[in-house]
Amino acid sequence: MASRSGKLWRTSPLTYAAIIFAGLLSVYPFYYVVIIATRSQDAINDPTPPVSFGGSFWDNFSRVLEKDDVNFMQGVLNSLIVASVVTLSVVLTSSLAGFAFAKLKFKGSNALLLTVLITMMVPTQLGLIPLWSMMLDFDWFDTLWAVTVPFLTSAFGVFMMRQYVSSAVPDELIEAARVDGCSTFRTYFSVVLPAVLPAAGVLALLTFMEQWNSFFWPRAILTPDNPTLQVSLGFISYGYYTDYSMVFAATAVATLPLVVVFIVFGRQIISGIMEGAVKA
Amino acid sequence: MSLTVKAPPARLDPPGPPQPPGRRRVHIGRFDLKFSPYLYVAPFFVVFGVFGAYPMFRTLYMSFFDWDLVNERTLGHPFVGFDNYAAMFTDPYYWNALKNTIGIFLLSTIPQILLALFLANALNRPLRARTLLRMAVLVPNATSVAAVGIIFGTLFQRDFGVINWVIEKVGLERIDWHGSLWAEWTAVATMVDWRWTGYNALILLAGMQAIPRDLYESAAIDGANQWRQFWSVTFPMLRPTFLFVTIVSIVGGLQLFTEPVIFNNGFSVMGGTRREAQTMTMYIWEKSIDQTQNAGYGAAVSWSLFVLIMIAALVNFILVRKSVK
Repeated sequence: MASRSGKLWRTSPLTYAAIIFAGLLSVYPFYYVVIIATRSQDAINDPTPPVSFGGSFWDNFSRVLEKDDVNFMQGVLNSLIVASVVTLSVVLTSSLAGFAFAKLKFKGSNALLLTVLITMMVPTQLGLIPLWSMMLDFDWFDTLWAVTVPFLTSAFGVFMMRQYVSSAVPDELIEAARVDGCSTFRTYFSVVLPAVLPAAGVLALLTFMEQWNSFFWPRAILTPDNPTLQVSLGFISYGYYTDYSMVFAATAVATLPLVVVFIVFGRQIISGIMEGAVKA
Repeated sequence: MSLTVKAPPARLDPPGPPQPPGRRRVHIGRFDLKFSPYLYVAPFFVVFGVFGAYPMFRTLYMSFFDWDLVNERTLGHPFVGFDNYAAMFTDPYYWNALKNTIGIFLLSTIPQILLALFLANALNRPLRARTLLRMAVLVPNATSVAAVGIIFGTLFQRDFGVINWVIEKVGLERIDWHGSLWAEWTAVATMVDWRWTGYNALILLAGMQAIPRDLYESAAIDGANQWRQFWSVTFPMLRPTFLFVTIVSIVGGLQLFTEPVIFNNGFSVMGGTRREAQTMTMYIWEKSIDQTQNAGYGAAVSWSLFVLIMIAALVNFILVRKSVK
């Protein structure tokens, strides 16, 4: 049996070649960013694509900082604030709701959970126009409120945490806490939350990445006076720019920190995404 | 009174301050069990209701009015019935945006799903450096769309872009990626696929790994080769995951916005001088965010896109079902 299944699942060199080729195509653009961001302007004009790094990153990046019409550093700071606040809120609200859906019995819970699932499929981008005018009514135009508050909860997060709480927290543990006289909130805080930390960590990473990279809505509601990082980056690329080194220095700062986080936590992120997929 | 409810003998003291025993606590406990769950799930529904569902329905409402986003208070908004919807039929820019949206969507999604299936199938073999290879194909998903637009805008540059350099090396003519509809669509579709193929491959891989191996063994005993095994075992068993991936791609792909915007100078939502890459979402933006006085019309376009997405999702659902039967 073992030999047959071994033969059945053999990995041909061609398979490796295909995957490695796909991997190289995935990684090459990052490499290209670093090259252009660290070389002077003449690298881009070279008829053969440059392959080596240079040492002009700070020189290039200082021209980003000198561009005072895009407020790049303000954008970095704003993105950090928005992504952190949203991440904290999504993790707390999702794990709390996930706990309720997984372990507490209440009327209509199945219908409500189904609603959460359906909202994941709703193209909310189409609510752009009323949402935009709502922000004007709230006086939130060009403020961080506009890019934070609508994202404080997440359907994906609720569903993911519900799945995780169901499988990772045994019913007996909840029952024991109840017998001990814990309120449901106390049970959540001292029993459920510590038990779901791994999944909460993955959710936090995914949420942070999503918020850090978000463009459509921030671009609609913010201006270069008070941008997020990606909005600022969008304005730097405005026009048929000529200073590629400068634009790529900004692009490097906007992407590479997240890539590093991704590499450090890659294993957890991958298993989080894949586990979520099977259960969905 | 407090003695009528006796604590179970094995009870441990709860951590924290001691609570008054007795009926009152039992009542609080019941109240807690009955109403707290609603409180815990409420934040999601409140936020989604206010910032997700309400704007969607509000869009439907606005589509029946002549609406100015900024001067709405002073000008009011006269009811126009289905005029906005009727206007779409004679609006060449609307049809152009519809054509571009569907064109770019098909050009990106079909290769993307096929490549993802192929890649997932390859990643499903026993591999050395498994995590590293998975990370390599997933890493594009960690980039922002804005950055993707800038990077690929440069890679697709006509005169010094790396892609044209490769094309010339293999002996073909360099392409002006802004020069024709197909070139423009291909460039935009490439950006979408670069960012999403690996992600979809991992989701499909997760589905593949849940398929019991003995199914393959019996297929092998029946003499099915790998190709046959893929279509008669893997694909049918993968159906739920495949449906999930395709529906998410439909919902996301038909709302495409950032890639074509950044590829065409990053500011204008016209999608190039001849609107060769203006998608529906960009057209909605042009009509309502850029020209605030046409928000009613933009709302009607939004709902037509919503209907398009629903139809596409439904057709996809039926096709995937049929393909397996």
